[in-house]
Amino acid sequence: MLIAGFLALACVKLLYLPSYKSTDFEVHRNWLAITSSLGVQSWYHEATSQWTLDYPPFFAWFEFALSKVAVHFDPEMLVIKNLGYSSDKTILFQRLSVIVTDFVFAVGAWTCMKNMHNLKSVQARGPSRDAAIYTLLLTNAGLFMVDHIHFQYNGFLFGFLLLSIGAMMQEQYLLGSLWFCVLLNLKHIYMYIAPAYFIFLLRAYCFNNSAFSITRLVKLGSLVILTFVVSFGPFVNQIPQVISRLFPFKRGLCHAYWAPNFWAVYNLVDKALTIIGKKFGGDMIKIPTATDLNGTQASMTGGLVQDIEHIVLPSVPPLATFIITFLFMVPCLIKLWRRPNSVNFMRSLTLCGWSSFLFGWHVHEKAVLIMILPMTLLAVISRKEAKYFLLLAITGHFSLFPLLFPHQELYTKMFLHIAWAFLAVKMLKKVHKCDLLTLAEKIYLLASVIIFIYSEFIHFYLPPHLAKYEFLPLLAYSLYSALGVISTYVRFYKFFLSQ
Amino acid sequence: MLNVDYALLFSVSLILRYGVSLWPYSGEGKPPMHGDYEAQRHWQEITINLPLDQWYNHTQDNDLLYWGLDYPPLTAYHSYLVGQVAHRVNSSFTELHQSRGIESPDHKLFMRLSVIVADLLILFPAIRFFCGSSLSATALLLAIYPGLILIDHGHFQYNGISLGLFVISVAAVIRNCDVLGSIAFCLALNYKQMELYHALPFFFYLLGKCLHQPSFLRKISKLFVIGVSVIGTFVAVWLPFFLAGPYTTLQVVRRIFPVDRGLYEDKVANFWCTIDIIFKLKQNLDTSQIGLLCIAATLLLSLPSNLHVLRYPTPRNFVMSLLNTSLVFFLFSFHVHEKTILLVAIPAILATSVLDKKSAFQRYWLPWFLILTVFSMVPLLVKDGLLLPTIASTVFFCIMYGNLDQMVSTSSSPLNERMSSPLPVEPNSFWIQLLGFSQVVSLCGACLLTLLHEVYPPPARYPYLWPTLICAYSSLHFLLFLLAFHVIQFSSGVTVSISKKKL
Repeated sequence: MLIAGFLALACVKLLYLPSYKSTDFEVHRNWLAITSSLGVQSWYHEATSQWTLDYPPFFAWFEFALSKVAVHFDPEMLVIKNLGYSSDKTILFQRLSVIVTDFVFAVGAWTCMKNMHNLKSVQARGPSRDAAIYTLLLTNAGLFMVDHIHFQYNGFLFGFLLLSIGAMMQEQYLLGSLWFCVLLNLKHIYMYIAPAYFIFLLRAYCFNNSAFSITRLVKLGSLVILTFVVSFGPFVNQIPQVISRLFPFKRGLCHAYWAPNFWAVYNLVDKALTIIGKKFGGDMIKIPTATDLNGTQASMTGGLVQDIEHIVLPSVPPLATFIITFLFMVPCLIKLWRRPNSVNFMRSLTLCGWSSFLFGWHVHEKAVLIMILPMTLLAVISRKEAKYFLLLAITGHFSLFPLLFPHQELYTKMFLHIAWAFLAVKMLKKVHKCDLLTLAEKIYLLASVIIFIYSEFIHFYLPPHLAKYEFLPLLAYSLYSALGVISTYVRFYKFFLSQ
Repeated sequence: MLNVDYALLFSVSLILRYGVSLWPYSGEGKPPMHGDYEAQRHWQEITINLPLDQWYNHTQDNDLLYWGLDYPPLTAYHSYLVGQVAHRVNSSFTELHQSRGIESPDHKLFMRLSVIVADLLILFPAIRFFCGSSLSATALLLAIYPGLILIDHGHFQYNGISLGLFVISVAAVIRNCDVLGSIAFCLALNYKQMELYHALPFFFYLLGKCLHQPSFLRKISKLFVIGVSVIGTFVAVWLPFFLAGPYTTLQVVRRIFPVDRGLYEDKVANFWCTIDIIFKLKQNLDTSQIGLLCIAATLLLSLPSNLHVLRYPTPRNFVMSLLNTSLVFFLFSFHVHEKTILLVAIPAILATSVLDKKSAFQRYWLPWFLILTVFSMVPLLVKDGLLLPTIASTVFFCIMYGNLDQMVSTSSSPLNERMSSPLPVEPNSFWIQLLGFSQVVSLCGACLLTLLHEVYPPPARYPYLWPTLICAYSSLHFLLFLLAFHVIQFSSGVTVSISKKKL
């Protein structure tokens, strides 16, 4: 079933080869070129293209390995100067590389599925549970949309996370840590869920039978340090440069498309208060005009990436977002410390990721996958978690729609989303043997159809003085999804703390 | 009310269909004639800009040499409807004369969506109607069969409409709604004249049912009612042409049945095309002799299965006869296209509803046959630039087929968690093992030929080597299948009655 499922999905992914691809395609082509043409000492200095290398060293080595295969498809793609090069063979190679590396994800999903058998607190048992875990992970519509159309390697990366979780389920703590460290050195955004690992490993592994074991701590510490040394070793002379590439901070509180998080709501409230204030306060509130913002068009809702100036509510610097994110992680970490088992570990992990999504700095809407994928494992454990999963995943995938904006992709995303939603509802219903969603929740999910019809069709037929607000459809997606994502966060958090 | 299983099946089917539609269509980027896509667009142009009496006639505004209409009136009416929508979306799509050869991403999206809409309105409801409320293997296979997807959504055609109507007619007739069945079949026939391949079994099955009626009065009245519905449907469809005059009406007939075309175009997995490799038919016989030979062979070879249905009109025999008759017509008929194999594949899939699911047919013969139908179209699909989607959709189909039990049984039985039956399974007999072995060897051969076709350029002396080999390979297999399917029809297998199915 592992191979059959993976192959079947690979066939479907292959069909969507000619889809729209975003600038991320060029980003990775550029990285193939950089790693294959230049010596290691230049990788993090190279700046011919605007898409500089901003992932940690292991990912650079990954691209290097890929480039060894790429040369047999079309050597021209490995020339750095060929900016925007996308011949048919290039597209074929890059798309195939995503499809093939998804095998890591399949193995990770399979491992988790098998290791779930060991968990004592799991309610539902049987082949339907196995099928649900494996299938819902592999067929995840959000992953399909982001990886195989928009273009990224999230499947490959999340595979390591799943392998790590799978190892933790088997109490193979060192192996789990190893996978996680590898993951961190592939993409550092997973730092956000490191606190869960830290607390869990400290409590469950270092405190062996309530006695603190120095040897275990040392073993763990050396493993982690060793991994980082292997990763950053070749770059020891250019650490500051690498760090500056990995953590660019000029980008702004919100991404161009507002991720459906707390700050999106914050921005909207600020804007609303500004408008109300203008009506009642007159000249007392100075609203920056278009020219004030360095000649860039309109304000934060214009859809561009820039530092956001809040007017009524206080402006939010990056440090504030970190502190707030961390504060929100603390309760679940405390709970994990008190009851350190694999299931709580998965729940904390999910909540840490979720907190970072809601309160983090410059969050991409693609980051919604960091909650959805681990939560898939939790969905088979209890009915409430299955319900939260459905709400989160269906809303989360819906919030990814603005990513695939061309007309051709409208139907792609619609069919993928609908099919997966039906599959998830059907499989989870079979696992838990009951209807999972209340009427109110179903109405909320169905309301997405209205948002969809407005944003994709009606908006363009509005009279010109309304249609010029191009951000309105994006705002609709963001706010609708934020409602679901935030409310489910609160409910799931309460559920976890009450366990 | 919402059946989640069917919603899931159809949305997955839509994913496959839409994915294939991202790839090139026939004649894309190949002026001046392009291909079937341009033909369909041109028919929209003709039907909305010109009056009905000029649609099939060669006039100043309608050059029949440039994709003249050669399907019956229902296609013309459908083109008119789609053309009206096209005109409102973007009038440049259907400008008379000006829109020839128009190619743009917007136009392609529009045309592709029109096929999806046709499937949603006709094919999917037909599948639901045929299979009943609980998902069956038949429904799954109909929804993901790659041949239909590749031709309709890749090459570009509207077979979903005629085949959908066909499936409705078979379902209706099996459920003893003979009038509905007759009307649906006549509509299918009036959409594509190739549905004639299925006409004989319908005729003999309905006749057989009439003859089996208890009283003479019942026999006659049933015959009469069916006759009236058939004639009525034809009159309703052709009325505008009758009103336009005898010349116009005859012109439509002339366009639908062009008797001056050759025995075959391109290479087809047909008996005559294969024989031609050794014995050059065109050189030794003239056109009318060839025509006679085709008609004689086709009718003669169709007789056994049809007489069987006449004598024993059961659903099982009817569906098997549809399969056998259409396969005979495909192999021995005049001017056959490789796409016509779809007319044989669909009845083959329908047969899963009347045969036992553990039979050799469903386990071996059917998947073997269906994959070979796709293989026989490989030269056409490669010419359209559809090799990758062909491989992808066929491999996907094979994997789904291999796991058919899991897909289908889990949907309807909430308590059934056991995957395997408690009864001991008999070991396969020697013949079944041989069958399985042959199937694997044959499919490896097919893969090899496809690979060679793609990778190895043919020698200068035989430029059409690979298409010819592919066609010969397929037609020899089809002859084998013809024999096997006849044996299955005539053997007393387990009859699964589907007349009890819930609508």
